[in-house]
Amino acid sequence: MALAKRIIPCLDVDNGRVVKGVQFVDIRDAGDPVEVAKRYNEQGADEITFLDITATHEGRETTVHTVEAIASEVFIPLTVGGGIRELSDIRTMLNAGADKVSINSAAVKRPEFVREAAERFGSQCIVVAIDCKKVDEGKWEIFTHGGRKPTGIDAVEWAKRMAEYGAGEILLTSMDQDGVKQGFDLGVTRAISEAVSIPVIASGGVGNLQHLVDGVVEGKADAVLAASIFHFGEHSVPEAKEYMAKQGVEVRL
Amino acid sequence: MSTIAIIDYGMGNLHSVASAFEHVCDSKVIVTSDVAEIEAADRVVFPGVGAIRDCMAEIRRLGMDDVVKKAVAEKPVLAICVGMQALMEHSEENGGVDCIGLLPGKVRFFGEALKDEAGEKLKVPHMGWNQVKQMDHPLWDGIEDNSRFYFVHSFYVKADRVDEVKATCHYGLDFDVAISHGNLFAVQFHPEKSHTAGLQLLKNFASWDGQA
Repeated sequence: MALAKRIIPCLDVDNGRVVKGVQFVDIRDAGDPVEVAKRYNEQGADEITFLDITATHEGRETTVHTVEAIASEVFIPLTVGGGIRELSDIRTMLNAGADKVSINSAAVKRPEFVREAAERFGSQCIVVAIDCKKVDEGKWEIFTHGGRKPTGIDAVEWAKRMAEYGAGEILLTSMDQDGVKQGFDLGVTRAISEAVSIPVIASGGVGNLQHLVDGVVEGKADAVLAASIFHFGEHSVPEAKEYMAKQGVEVRL
Repeated sequence: MSTIAIIDYGMGNLHSVASAFEHVCDSKVIVTSDVAEIEAADRVVFPGVGAIRDCMAEIRRLGMDDVVKKAVAEKPVLAICVGMQALMEHSEENGGVDCIGLLPGKVRFFGEALKDEAGEKLKVPHMGWNQVKQMDHPLWDGIEDNSRFYFVHSFYVKADRVDEVKATCHYGLDFDVAISHGNLFAVQFHPEKSHTAGLQLLKNFASWDGQA
């Protein structure tokens, strides 16, 4: 008996549609978020992450309704990220049916926000998303604004600080790897997973099922997040789990 | 039509508990802190997330400790996660908090040094899908033993009355994840987030007469 490693399909949603880009550009349409979420729920996904990449106010309103629609039909944990800047944004998403929210730029801008959020809503629903790039051997830096803006913050130190502030989980995306299907950056995944006591979700770069296994075994991730391998029918969630189970990874079948 | 009242004391996402019940049964589901509504309901759900000190403060401020105790004496009650922990005598969280004390036993921290059998360090919170070992109870009807349920917690329950323990789980150590006490069934995991197995448990509760 052991805790299962989680498989988390990720929905990047722009104005009410699931999209997927390569290194944050070159966007493809991947369907209606509610239908996509229901499909993954039926396939036995362990959680669903919904990242709102909409920039407009109208798009945000749509997002709240989409989260409500997903939450009334999907009975596994749902994380919502993108544009979470204030405590009221968290309250809105939790009320819409999200179980957790993912905080990214707002934490970089004002780290105390994570502490306040964890105190108000509990660590269990506060995920801190870290987008980083490799800047040197064994060194990774946080980037914001879709990877355009370096912050000078060391990713491993940042993860430790966020855990200390009450984050319940880290969603770690390697921006060098995102969408290029070469596998996770195992170095930073392992460095952060070993540095913090909270769970780490590896994200960015999954191109085949072995990459998921590597994220858990080599990267020591507690969960693996992927988008395009599931969206475009290359693999189903059950296929991914069977493959991982055969490699000795504990999964929920 | 029967009514399920989900007690709202301002802590957590009750929407998902309500919508999961609506998905599996025909009962009317209400989310409420109104004592009269809770007393009039056929079944009561006592949920909870977050830190125990804040939860207990709100429970006491709204008088929900007495409301829950009265409900347990009269009709089926399902406690979930921190709702279960709040029913124990005492929790180690937040430097030590006295709880409702309906169930003898304590709530303890998993600890920073939690390790698995191979000596690997285990993350805290215990977050994700873990296997639940059942003991005989009608709420497990139609759910395979050792099914996985979704957990998220850093503190665990050890009940004093072993005969009331209806399920255990293992994460570095063994702990109690379901307790029955007359009309009460309390669980540490989140059935509303546990897909098929969780929905079956909620369905069982919606038709359970209590007093196992």
